[in-house]
Amino acid sequence: MTMAETYQTPDGRTIGGQVMEMKNITLRFGGVKAITDISFDIREGEIRAIIGPNGAGKSSMLNVMNGFYHPQEGEVWFHGKKRGPMKPHQIAKQGIARTFQNIALFSGMSTLDNIMTGRLTHMKTGILKQAMWWGPAEKEETENREVVEKVIDFLEIQSIRKTPVGRLPYGLQKRVELGRALAAEPKLLLLDEPMAGMNVEEKEDMSRFILDVNDEFGTTIALIEHDMGVVMDIADRVVVMDYGKKIGDGSPDEVRNNQDVIDAYLGVAHD
Amino acid sequence: MTSGPTPTGELNTIPRLLARNASVYGDKPAYREKEFGIWQSWTWSQVAEEINALALGLLDMGLAEGDHVAIIGRNRPYFYWAMVAIQSCGAVPVPLYRDAVAEEMAYVLDHCSARFVIAEDQEQVDKVLEVQDGLNMLEQVIYLDPRGMRKYDRSKLHDYKEVQAKGRASGLQGELDSRLATQNFDTTCVMLYTSGTTGRPKGVVLSNRNIVKSGQAASEFDKLNVDDRVLAYLPMAWVGDFIFTVGQGYWTGFCVACPESPDTMQADLREIGPTYFFAPPRYFEGLLTNVMIRMEDASKGKQRMFKKYMDIAREIGPKLLDGKPVTFGERLQYAIGNILVYGPLKNTLGLSRTRVGYTAGEAIGPEIFDFYRSLGINLKQLYGQTEASVFVTVQPDGEVRADTVGVPAPGVELKISETGEVFYRSPGAFVEYYKNPESTADTKDAEGWVATGDAGFIEKDSGHLRIIDRAKDVGKMADGKMFAPKYVENKLKFYPNILEAVVFGNGREKCCAFINIDLSSVGNWAERNNIAYSSYQELAGHPQVLATVQEHVEAVNKSVAEDEMLSGCQVHRFCILHKQLDADDGELTRTQKVRRRIIEEKFKDIIDALYDGSEKVSTETEVTYEDGRKGSIKATLELRDAKVFPTAAQRIAAE
Repeated sequence: MTMAETYQTPDGRTIGGQVMEMKNITLRFGGVKAITDISFDIREGEIRAIIGPNGAGKSSMLNVMNGFYHPQEGEVWFHGKKRGPMKPHQIAKQGIARTFQNIALFSGMSTLDNIMTGRLTHMKTGILKQAMWWGPAEKEETENREVVEKVIDFLEIQSIRKTPVGRLPYGLQKRVELGRALAAEPKLLLLDEPMAGMNVEEKEDMSRFILDVNDEFGTTIALIEHDMGVVMDIADRVVVMDYGKKIGDGSPDEVRNNQDVIDAYLGVAHD
Repeated sequence: MTSGPTPTGELNTIPRLLARNASVYGDKPAYREKEFGIWQSWTWSQVAEEINALALGLLDMGLAEGDHVAIIGRNRPYFYWAMVAIQSCGAVPVPLYRDAVAEEMAYVLDHCSARFVIAEDQEQVDKVLEVQDGLNMLEQVIYLDPRGMRKYDRSKLHDYKEVQAKGRASGLQGELDSRLATQNFDTTCVMLYTSGTTGRPKGVVLSNRNIVKSGQAASEFDKLNVDDRVLAYLPMAWVGDFIFTVGQGYWTGFCVACPESPDTMQADLREIGPTYFFAPPRYFEGLLTNVMIRMEDASKGKQRMFKKYMDIAREIGPKLLDGKPVTFGERLQYAIGNILVYGPLKNTLGLSRTRVGYTAGEAIGPEIFDFYRSLGINLKQLYGQTEASVFVTVQPDGEVRADTVGVPAPGVELKISETGEVFYRSPGAFVEYYKNPESTADTKDAEGWVATGDAGFIEKDSGHLRIIDRAKDVGKMADGKMFAPKYVENKLKFYPNILEAVVFGNGREKCCAFINIDLSSVGNWAERNNIAYSSYQELAGHPQVLATVQEHVEAVNKSVAEDEMLSGCQVHRFCILHKQLDADDGELTRTQKVRRRIIEEKFKDIIDALYDGSEKVSTETEVTYEDGRKGSIKATLELRDAKVFPTAAQRIAAE
C-alpha cells in the first residue's frame, strides 16, 4: 500500500488521510510477548480488518488501540498527535467507541437504556440536575434521546426498544451493543468479532449494518473477524497477524495471495 | 362532528374527497406514523399539500394520463399519499405485495406496463432493478428511504422528497388542475392484483365509483365519523386495506395510523387504540391462544378470577352487545368483571376503544368469535372479495352470529344460481380484469352480475347469507341433495379435539367421515385423566376418545339437520384414522389443505368398509418418514355409526 494521502476503493469511495497510526507496537504480559513490533495505519472512512488465527494477538491489538492496554514499546498516533497514557473514558471522549467479543451489556436494562449509556460521554449536566430532571438536564436528555432513537431506527430494533436485553437472542444483543457504540457518535469504531457465533442470516444483516454505518455516517471502522468470507467482502484493507507478528497488510486480494498468510491459515511445519 | 358529509355530485373521486377534507377538516389529523419512538401526525391540509407536491413532481417527470404506477412498500403515510397523487395526475396506482419475490413482481410490472415505480427502500429497489431488463416500459424508480443506495446509478432513481421539491418548483399547477377537472366516477381509481391461487394473478380494475360508493355505504352502515381511528397494518396490495384506509378514510375523514415497523404492530395497536379494526380470523385465534397460555402461567387466584368472570362474560356479554334484556344482577356482575378482567384484558389487546371490529376471509371458530364478543368487543363478520370492492354482505349490529356472514351490504343485490353459487350486483362491482376480456366475461355478465366462485344460501328467516364451500367442491348426493364437505368439516374442526376431518359422500346415499384427533388437546386430556398411551395410533383407538368424538359428530349432525338444504350431509359413519394426515405423504398440501382425491384413493379400503357396514377394518398404510425413508403402519380400526337427525320438515311429516 502506498503512503499517498488518499486512495480510491474499487467501489469508488475516496479514503482520506491517517486517523490512527500504530508505530512499532510491542506488548508484553510478563515474559509473554502478545504483540511484537507491529506497525499499521487506519485511514479516514475506511473499513480496516484485523484477522489472524486464534491467539494471534488481535484482541490485544484492539485493546491497545482504545487505550485499555499500554504497550511497552511503540507509539499510538491519533489524528496526528502522539497519544500518551490515557484512561479508557478519556479515549472514548476523543471519539473512539468499541464493542466487545463477549457481549458486555447491562442485561437487566432495556435496549433503550443500554444504548442511552452510549451517550454518557456527551452528557455535561451534573448528576443532581439529571436526577431532578431540571433545566438543562431535561433539554440534554431530549437531545440524547433523539440520537438514540435514530440509532434504533437505523438498526431496525424498534420492536425491542423496551425489552430487557437479557431476554433477547444473541444476534440481537450484538446489534444492541453496536447500537450503544454508535450512540457515542464515534469517529473511529472498533468492533471485536461482531459476527462471532452468528448464523449466516445474522452475519449478512450485521455486514449490511457495518457497511451502512460506514456509508451513511462516514465512520472509520476497524474490526476483528474470524470469518474470512465476510472480511474479504466488506474490508478495504486487511492486516494479518500470527503469533503476535504482522505477516500481511493490504487489500483483500493482495492478502489472499500472500504466501505467509496462506501458510498461517493452512498451517506449515515450523522449524 | 358526528354527521357524515352529504354526498354531492362533486364528491365523485378520491382527489375531490381530499380537497373536501382539506377544507372541512383541515386541522384534524389525517395520518399518524410512529417514527423515532414518537407519533408524528399530519393534518388534512398538510396531507393535501404533500399530495399536491408529489403529483406536480410526477407531472414534471412526465407521468401521462392512464399510466400505471406500481407502489411497493409497507403501510406508511407516504405511500398512501402517493396513491392519491397518482390518481390526481389521472394515472392508476397499482400497489404490490412487498414480500413478493422478484419474478412475481416482474410479471405484474410487465402486465400493467408500469412506467414508474415508487419503492420503499433498497430491498425493494434492488428487486425492481433486478428485473428491469425484461421490462421495456419501466422508466423511473422513486424511493423513500435512501439508505444503502448512495452508490447506485442516479439516472433512473429519484428521492421521494426531491420529487416533491421539484414539483413545488415546477409551475405545473394549471396542468394538474385541468387533469383533476376531467375526472369523474368512471375514472379508474386503483388496480389491485388478486392473489392468484389458480393461474396467474389478475389485475382488478376498480373505478372511483366503486371505491367512493363502497366507502360511503360501508361508512354509513357502521356510522363511522371523522373522530374514528384505524391502524393500517394489512398489506397495501390487499383490497381491504385500500377500502378501509382510502375509501372509508377519505369519505369520513378519519385518522389512519401506521405502525413504526411490522414487528411493533401489537405495541402500536395498544397505543393507538383503534375504534374501527379489521383482522383475519387467524389473528384473533393467535391472540386468544396467547392470552390462554399466559393465563396458565398466572397465579392460581388470578386463574380462578379469570375463569369465573369469563364464564359470566360468555353468558351476559353477547346479550348486552345485542341489546337483549339483562337483569340488574347480571349487569352488576358484568360491571365488576369489566373492572377486574375484561377492561384490563381489552387494554392489553389494544381493543379497549374498538367500536366496530370485522373479521373475514375464512370461517372463524364460534368459540373464538364468542370470546371477543363476550368481552364487549363488537366483532362482526363480513363477506367480500376484491372484485366487489370488499363488501358483499356484512352483519348489522344486533344480528351477529358466528355461522353467517350477514345480510347484503347497502346497495348490493344477491342471487343464488341454480348450482348454488352466490352472485352479486353492486356499485362496488369491478369494471374489468385488466387486459383479460375472457376472464371478465366469465365472471361478470352483461347485466352486471358477478360470480363469486363460492356456494352458499340465504337463510329464509333472517335473510343472512351463509357460505358453504368453494363452488367447485360442492356436489350432489345420490338423492339429489346438496353435498358440501367443507361445511361439515369446518363444523367438526371447531372442536379443539378434532384437528382434521374429511367428509365423503359425493354421488352416494350417505356421508362418512375420517377424523384426525388433535394430539396436543386430546393428549392433554389423557394426561389429566391418567390414561396412558404410547403413540398417536394408540390414543386414536382409545374407546373413550372414540366416544368423545362420536359425541362431537352427533352434535354436528344435529346442527346440520337444522339446515334443510344440507341435511343430507350428516355423517352416518366415521372412523378415527390411525395416522395423521401429512403433507409428506401427499395427503395435505403444504398449506395444510386436504387433498380429497388422494385421500380417497389411498384409503379406499377404509371407505369401502365404512359403506359396507362392517364394524372393523384391518389396513396397512405406507408412510414417509421425515428423512424420506418409507415404512408402513398396520392397524385395525373401529368404525362407528353416528346418530343422524331428521330435518324439521321430516319431523313434521312424521308427526
